[in-house]
Amino acid sequence: MDFTLSEWVNLAGEGSLADAAVKQQAEETGMTVEAVRATMHSHLCCMQEAVQSGLDEKLRSVSGLSGGQAALFLKRMQEGKLLGGRLLGKAEVYAMATAECNACMGKIVAAPTAGACGILPGTILAMMEESDVSEEQAVDALFVAAAVGQSIATQASISGAEGGCQAECGSAAAMAAAALAYLEGGTPQQCADAAAFAIMNLLGLVCDPVGGLVEVPCVYRNVGSCGVAFTAADMVLSGIRCPIAPDEVILAMKEVGDALPASLRETGDGGCAACASVRARLKANTL
Amino acid sequence: MKETFTPKDDMTMDLFDLIGPVMIGPSSSHTAGAARIGLTARLLLNEDVCKAEVGFHGSFAKTYRGHGTDRAIVGGLMGMAVDDPRLRDSLTLARESGMDVCFDVVNIRGAHPNTVRLTLTGVSGKELTMEAASVGGGNIEIHKLNGLNVDFTGKEHTLIIHQTDAPGVIAAVTGALAGQSINIANMQVYRRKAGADAMMVLELDGAPEDYVLESLKHMKAIRNVTFLKRRPC
Ligand code: SF4
Repeated sequence: MDFTLSEWVNLAGEGSLADAAVKQQAEETGMTVEAVRATMHSHLCCMQEAVQSGLDEKLRSVSGLSGGQAALFLKRMQEGKLLGGRLLGKAEVYAMATAECNACMGKIVAAPTAGACGILPGTILAMMEESDVSEEQAVDALFVAAAVGQSIATQASISGAEGGCQAECGSAAAMAAAALAYLEGGTPQQCADAAAFAIMNLLGLVCDPVGGLVEVPCVYRNVGSCGVAFTAADMVLSGIRCPIAPDEVILAMKEVGDALPASLRETGDGGCAACASVRARLKANTL
Repeated sequence: MKETFTPKDDMTMDLFDLIGPVMIGPSSSHTAGAARIGLTARLLLNEDVCKAEVGFHGSFAKTYRGHGTDRAIVGGLMGMAVDDPRLRDSLTLARESGMDVCFDVVNIRGAHPNTVRLTLTGVSGKELTMEAASVGGGNIEIHKLNGLNVDFTGKEHTLIIHQTDAPGVIAAVTGALAGQSINIANMQVYRRKAGADAMMVLELDGAPEDYVLESLKHMKAIRNVTFLKRRPC
C-alpha cells in the first residue's frame, strides 16, 4: 500500500476512516488494536498538558522571542472579544499555547512536526471543550489526521527543510481539517477533500524561521493555520467537492516545495528571517 | 526547524511518526535528535560521564543555544530520554553533579550540517570520541567512533565490536549469534589498515544473552564489546 488519500478512502469503504487507520497501524506494527488506541490516548493527554503549560504567562523561550503570548490571547477569548467566535478562538489560543510550550522547551507531541505541533491539538481540544466531542471521538479524529499525514509524508514531505512551511503548517492544517470533517460526520472522501482544501490555501508557504529558531513566524503560523482547517472543513460539510483529486493537490505541494529556493527552506536566510530589524535584534541577543 | 523525515525509505508505516514522538521542544532535529545523540554516547561509554567536550558543527554551531541543543546533548549524556522534562535544566544538573562540560564550535569537513563531536571521559577514566549527526525528525546517525568511520542509527539492536583486524573474528562473532538464532539485519566492518584497529557494527533482530557478549569479550583479538539495546523511543 502506498498510502495515498484515495487508497485510505477505499480502505475505509462504507466504514470509518478512523477504524481503517487503527486497523492498518495494528497490522503494520504488530501491536493490538487496544494498544494502538491507548498510545494515541496518551498522546492526547500529553497535548492537554502542553496547552496548560503553554498558557503560563511567565513562560519565556531561551532566545526571549516567545512565551507568554498565549496567555494574552486567552484573556481576550475569556472576555468574549475574539472576532472569529469562541470555537475557532479557543483552537487558536490552544494552538499558540502548544507552539509556545514547544518554543520554551516544554513537552509536546510532534504533529506532524515540532514546529507545527499546535494546529491539530488546538483544533481537537477546542472541539472537546466547545462542541461535546468525547475523548474516544477525539482519539478517532487523531487517527484520521495521522492517516492524512501519512499520505502527505509518502507523496510529498512533512519537512520544512525539504518542502517549506507548506509541508509543516500546511500538512498540520490538512490533518486538522480532515479531523474536523470526521468529527462533524463527514465521509472519508469529505475528509480527504477537506485536507486538500487546507493544502490549497497554504500552498507555497515558505519556511523562514528567524535566527533559525522554531519561534518566529512558526508560533503565529500555528495560530493562523487553525482558521484554514476550520474553513476547509466547513466547505466540504456544506457539500462543496474539491475540484481536483486530493492526491494531486499533495503532488502539487511536492512540486512547489521542490521549486522553492534554499533560502526559503529552513535555512533562515530568506522571508521573515531576512528582515533587517529582526537580524539586528537577534545579533544583540547573542543567539 | 527540523525533520528531513523520509518514510519512503521505511519498510513499515507507523502513524505515530505523524502524531509523535512525544518530545521536549523546540526542534526534533536540534533538540530531540541531540538528546538521542547524547544518550547513545552515554550508553556506548557504558559508565557515567565525568568530562565532556562538545563540538558543534554547521547549523548546530549557529543555533545551539536557542534550540537548547547544548542542554539536550548534556541531558542525553546524563541518561535522559527525548521526553524528559529535566532536559531543560540539564546544564545546572550537570554542574551540580560535578560533570565537567565545555562547548566549542568546530568545522568538520564534509559533515552533515547538524553534526556534533563528543569527547568523553567516564568516571573510571574510560574515554570515547564520537561524531554523530541529527538527520531530521529526531533520527540520528553515528558517523565516527573512536576515530573509525562507522554508520549506524541506534534504532535497532546494535552490537559493536572493537577488535584487532585478524582472520576468524567475524566468523566467531556471527557464529555466536547464529548459536542463539539471532538474525543479523545489517553488518559493517571498518578498519584503518590490514592487521590494525578494526570495528564491526552489527544490527540485530534480537538481543544476545549476556553470557554470549562476555564470551566474545574473552576472545584474543577482541578488545571491546558493546551492545546497544533497540531504542525504545
Ligand atoms: S517556518 Fe519553518 S521552522 Fe517554522 S514551523 Fe514553518 S516549517 Fe517549521
